[in-house]
Amino acid sequence: MLEKAISGTKVYWGWIAFLLLLMSVGAACYWQQLSHGLTITGMSRDVSWGFYIAQFTFLVGVAASAVMLVIPKYLHDYHKFAKILILGEFNAVAMVVLCLLFIVADLGSPQRLMNVLLHPTPNSILFWDMVVLNGYLLINILVGWVTLEAERKQIAPPKWIKFFIYLSIPWAVSIHTVTAFLYCGLPGRGYWLTAVLAARFLASAFAAGPAFLILVTYIAKIFTGFDPGKGVLSTLGKTVVYAMCVNLFLLLCEVFTVFYSQIPSHMAHLQYLFAGYHGHGVLVPWMWSSMIMAVIGILILLVPKNRERDNMLIIACLLIFIGAWIDKGLGMIGGGFVPNPLHEITEYVPTQLELGVSLGIYATGFLVLTILYKVAIGVKEEIE
Amino acid sequence: MKTMRRNFLKIAAFAALGWGVRPASQLLASAGAEPSEGVLFASRHAVHAGPNSLKASRWAMVIDTTKLTEKIMEEVVHTCHSIHNVPEIPGKQNLKWIWEAHMDHLFLEDLHEFQPQAGAKSALALCNHCDNPPCVRVCPTKATFQREDGIVMMDFHRCIGCRYCMAGCPYGSRSFNFMDPRKHLGKTNPDFPTRTKGVVEKCEFCAERLAEGKMPACVEVSEGAMVFGDLSDPESEVRKLLAERFSIRRSPTLGTKPCVYYLV
Repeated sequence: MLEKAISGTKVYWGWIAFLLLLMSVGAACYWQQLSHGLTITGMSRDVSWGFYIAQFTFLVGVAASAVMLVIPKYLHDYHKFAKILILGEFNAVAMVVLCLLFIVADLGSPQRLMNVLLHPTPNSILFWDMVVLNGYLLINILVGWVTLEAERKQIAPPKWIKFFIYLSIPWAVSIHTVTAFLYCGLPGRGYWLTAVLAARFLASAFAAGPAFLILVTYIAKIFTGFDPGKGVLSTLGKTVVYAMCVNLFLLLCEVFTVFYSQIPSHMAHLQYLFAGYHGHGVLVPWMWSSMIMAVIGILILLVPKNRERDNMLIIACLLIFIGAWIDKGLGMIGGGFVPNPLHEITEYVPTQLELGVSLGIYATGFLVLTILYKVAIGVKEEIE
Repeated sequence: MKTMRRNFLKIAAFAALGWGVRPASQLLASAGAEPSEGVLFASRHAVHAGPNSLKASRWAMVIDTTKLTEKIMEEVVHTCHSIHNVPEIPGKQNLKWIWEAHMDHLFLEDLHEFQPQAGAKSALALCNHCDNPPCVRVCPTKATFQREDGIVMMDFHRCIGCRYCMAGCPYGSRSFNFMDPRKHLGKTNPDFPTRTKGVVEKCEFCAERLAEGKMPACVEVSEGAMVFGDLSDPESEVRKLLAERFSIRRSPTLGTKPCVYYLV
């Protein structure tokens, strides 16, 4: 089926060329990082994880969102989702590829990456993250490819694939839970040390992920005429708004616990993020923008009529996606490290080279996404 | 032919099973006279000690904050960093194994503003060599590990530079080589390894000196302000000091069981 990816319009090839260009920019930046070390980033002794790890954390959520299509389709026989299911699964593949690339980009000694396999250490959550992420990648490649191939031949998919489809449901939950466990099991990092973190990660993932799916489906619709079916995207919009409400509710639970208990080491991080701390507050405008976007997005999508209107749905999904990205892709990691365990403040701002590497990685992920979507939509067009 | 293949498969299956089961018995801790890293889970390493080496069942340090002066602290930091080839890099991507820190930063929850004026304003911070170290728990390659005598060590050749240990350490005791440290070293001590870019490092209680029968370098130059000894020996100097004087540890409520004690 891959042959679908090597024939396309001028727009398709232009887009591929553009992505390759961005990838080479990223590669050039990464070459700088390989030669000089992570000193080219804005990270420091105090803020020892930055933009890379934050992107990984956010994208794990976008990857997990495929389950928001699989559950209605396979557990509730909601067959309307059948047509875009493949987009969810292939999206998961591209997003997990992105996650893995961001983890490798963050390593100080990437040449020793295989030490994680040579010396497997189950007491480290990072070991489990490797297991669940790679597992999720394989499951989604397998399920996506086998079901698409069956669809192309217009036969029912083999029965054994059902096992992997059902397996993908708890597995999707596991990737984001384990990713939250990376942070919430660390003593002395008050911002992350909360049992609600995994639940919050899942809630924001199930908002941002489907919002992203809605947006790329619209893009596919514009460029290929792909029709997801009537009412499909508006139903998915319902998932987005409910999940974002749960996310905000969990955030408020966190805010209450932290500020009513008045424990300084837990309050400091939220104060830093939303009000500034001892005169430092580089993230304050970002965090408030994130909150405002989330609330406006929710208010738009809560009205059923708005979910039916393409423009409203697109605007709301954009707001919720960007809001969730700021919250997790900027605030979650930086906020956890400021102030440091000695209550000193070192702020973090990513450097241009760091953003360049990230841009290249994103381009790689989008290349994978484009090729997989080209194949999927090509097959759908062929059988119609 | 068919039976041969079947027999081979049978034997291979049993062999694989046996190979799988044996290490499984060592999952939690390695058995035998020579404890080493666990097959899967991290476990405490044996101390490979020579005839002259200093031995203890649990090393600990006592820092008398009342005896520390600015001059002593400077000397301690300088000595440690020069013999361990810790470069002086200006800015926020610096490295430090031992450093001077404000008392109210070291003891966020234990001190208040009405302490005696004469009391120490600052003291030395270093790796606490926790009995329950979060850094060892989170390391995905066992590059940081604990010895049977409690010392938390680093394998600079195994570390992949993921910096999970830095997030895990609630004391900020770990440093990462953001750049090639060798370019920032004035003089190199050939008796201690230099590091490459991309690995984490920290204080190791001078394990290399203990192996030669010497006390940690900081203790030697501290003019009596720092004492090092066996916490499990009631007759040791550290135990006597802890029995006589009031002492505190950094963030003991986190359950890490730090083994650096501060006399206040």
